[in-house]
Amino acid sequence: MTGWQTLFYKEVLRFWKVGFQTVAAPVITALLYLMIFGHVLEGHVKVYDRIEYTAFLVPGLVMMSVLQNAFANSSSSLIQSKIMGNLVFVLLTPLSHWAWFLAYVGSSVARGLAVGTGVLVVTSFFVRPEFTYPLWILLFALLGAGMLGALGLIAGLWAEKFDQMAAFQNFIIMPMTFLSGVFYSIHSLPGFWQQVSHLNPFFYMIDGFRYGFFGQSDVSPWISLTIVGSAFLVVSAVAVRLLRIGYKIRS
Amino acid sequence: MPAAISFQSVSKTYRSADRELRALDQVSFDIQPGEFFGLLGPNGAGKTTLISILAGLVRPTSGQVTVHGHDVQADYAQARRQLGIVPQELVFDPFFNVREALRFQSGYFGVKHNEAWIDELLESLGLADKAGSNMRQLSGGMKRRVLVAQALVHKPPVIVLDEPTAGVDVELRQTLWQFIAKLNREGHTVLLTTHYLEEAEALCSRLAMLKSGQVVALERTSELLRAASSNVLRFKTNGHALPPALAAKARITGRIVQLPAHDAREIEAYLAAVREAGLVAEDVEIRKADLEDVFLDVMADRQKAGAAPAASSPASLEAAP
Repeated sequence: MTGWQTLFYKEVLRFWKVGFQTVAAPVITALLYLMIFGHVLEGHVKVYDRIEYTAFLVPGLVMMSVLQNAFANSSSSLIQSKIMGNLVFVLLTPLSHWAWFLAYVGSSVARGLAVGTGVLVVTSFFVRPEFTYPLWILLFALLGAGMLGALGLIAGLWAEKFDQMAAFQNFIIMPMTFLSGVFYSIHSLPGFWQQVSHLNPFFYMIDGFRYGFFGQSDVSPWISLTIVGSAFLVVSAVAVRLLRIGYKIRS
Repeated sequence: MPAAISFQSVSKTYRSADRELRALDQVSFDIQPGEFFGLLGPNGAGKTTLISILAGLVRPTSGQVTVHGHDVQADYAQARRQLGIVPQELVFDPFFNVREALRFQSGYFGVKHNEAWIDELLESLGLADKAGSNMRQLSGGMKRRVLVAQALVHKPPVIVLDEPTAGVDVELRQTLWQFIAKLNREGHTVLLTTHYLEEAEALCSRLAMLKSGQVVALERTSELLRAASSNVLRFKTNGHALPPALAAKARITGRIVQLPAHDAREIEAYLAAVREAGLVAEDVEIRKADLEDVFLDVMADRQKAGAAPAASSPASLEAAP
């Protein structure tokens, strides 16, 4: 293995060794959401005039799990290594900022996809999923996980305490994912909140991802792809830049 | 052939809103390939900052550091391949066992098929039966050995040990030094920072002493020892204060007084001064000066190398290690 591949493998092994916490737990959480919301709203709500609410909910829950876990992976790994002091083992190596980026974001994508697949498999016992355009599904999953992995990298570099990381996660990541149309189609929202939702890049990730399942979405998947792709590039550029200057890790 | 390590006019200033701290001030010296070099100085002298700049963890405010000719900033990948650094802090990754930690470290440097060398390191450092143990289960001494193994896993020609024996038991110190000395005999350059002066005296062929971020001595260990007072007069007093003229020269630890002495006449003069002051000198002995005496001399600026005004008394430096 080359340098970045070793770091990637180490990062994957890190979350896999505590798989109950990092993979199984979020799958169970998503399943609980499905059971509760599905029970309350099934039969009362139809989306796009034909899709049962529970079926509509599943892709949203899958993508929300992908995003949250991709973020959690890089951010928690970095903050832990910084606080434990063992980040020095990586800092002393010849690994370039690109190697760091590939390894941390790559392993975050791996965890995001592992959890997302888990959610999809478990929920398929309750709802038979449609896969109208599988490539769109995969593309949005990869881009979304990549962007959140890079965002987690930025947060992990920036935060100096677990408290700051929790703030980033609870005040930014959680609201943006919850308010992105996981649980509803934004067409059901009042006009003002529809406009606000259009400013949230997470909305396009979920909407584009859902398009892959049903072939229907709130906005064109091409618009979503453009916005999500651009957001991924911008966030990645910031993350690579911070790694290059050694932001908060090399004084 | 370029120096194994070269520090050229290295300065580092830490700035915060309310103050400015000059941690290193124009530090320049070279370490030649194959040397066993000691870097000494009291706490806060700048030793760890200098090592951190060498390691690429800290950027110098000005100056240049090279390892076998490779600049640690501009050509960091090549410079870091040459370096094996044992950090001062006892850090570890709690997710992995000893062998995994070594394999990863190996992989970061792009070293493939390294199992034979990893086994040899585990064997040499007495870690063979701990290879499968999680890092959390190891004692402090064992964790220290793993740090050494991690630093050596890519077979670096230059080994840097930042106070590797702080808080380590005697047995490990012996194992560690035998192993490092062997590596040095095989051609590895070693840079060591330590508080244990007897270690530096026993191991290092050349020394630099840092004080307040400046090099105050840079010589062969043997030269430094020769330059120091050849003897030390040591005695216990009955507790009263020494005359000021003697106290200024003495190293005082509780009731124990140690004075640098060049000849018998000087020793007689000291003892006479003690008697005249109404004090009683007990357990009187004369011993050869060691590196600690030189160190304290240099730090107190009585040595020719450092000419800056003295900031600390010798007695207060006693507490530094």
